[in-house]
Amino acid sequence: MNDQNLAMGRSEASILATNKVLKNTYLLLSMTLVFSGVMAFVGMSMNLGHGVSLISSIIAIAMLWFVLPRTANSSAGIPVLFAITGLLGLGLAPMLNIYLAVNPSIVQTALGGTGVIFLGLSGYALTTRKDFSFMGGFLMVGLVVVLVAALANIFLQMPVMGLVVSGAIVMLMSGMILYQTSSIIHGGETNYIMATASLFISILNLFQALLHLLSAFGGDD
Amino acid sequence: MDWLQIGSALFLLAMIVFIFPRMREAVKHAPKGNMNDWMGFIIPLAAVIGFIILLIQMV
Repeated sequence: MNDQNLAMGRSEASILATNKVLKNTYLLLSMTLVFSGVMAFVGMSMNLGHGVSLISSIIAIAMLWFVLPRTANSSAGIPVLFAITGLLGLGLAPMLNIYLAVNPSIVQTALGGTGVIFLGLSGYALTTRKDFSFMGGFLMVGLVVVLVAALANIFLQMPVMGLVVSGAIVMLMSGMILYQTSSIIHGGETNYIMATASLFISILNLFQALLHLLSAFGGDD
Repeated sequence: MDWLQIGSALFLLAMIVFIFPRMREAVKHAPKGNMNDWMGFIIPLAAVIGFIILLIQMV
């Protein structure tokens, strides 16, 4: 009887801990998305060039790889995360300026579409409570293949290949959102700062790929 | 080829180099999914594809 009570107590504690990680992740994610949007707006107002965009993205990714894992378990992780998301938002500015100049409705549609896809996939993972941990290897292989294809396309300059890469990114990032949400639910990810960073990167990539697809098939690319 | 393209290429190369060992680890240690598990992924993915087609038609 005592063992049963102890097991139930542990299970309740585990559910509470999971809910706390989920709540903190979504709260921090919404704040970083707003901050990133503000930084993108600042960058667009300043008319930043592609060079600044590339440099800010490189700094952000370097911080994501080398600084965030060392600070994620302390309160220092939050300003680091805001710095990363702010720099990534700033990096979006030149691309957004181009798309807005061509067709502003594409940016709005891509933004709304990204929101709907994220909420839909998160809702699916949360309500079904399916375990998507089996997708880890598949998603990582897909990511490397997409990166190799994107690298090749810098030299090949094939528009069709660019579209295939964007389509693959949309599918991969959809898988990533399911995988990461399921990882939080099943206790694989217990750090809300790292969970926010992963979800933020997925949303950002999804938005960029969606922008590319919509502009190409909308006939304005 | 300008310095921006060279910078982008180096950036992508660095990402591949950084992610590759993690990919090998993930492939080695990730649990294997059955048909039912994969269907749980394919259904929402099909919904996403359908939604994007709808968005493309709207633009």
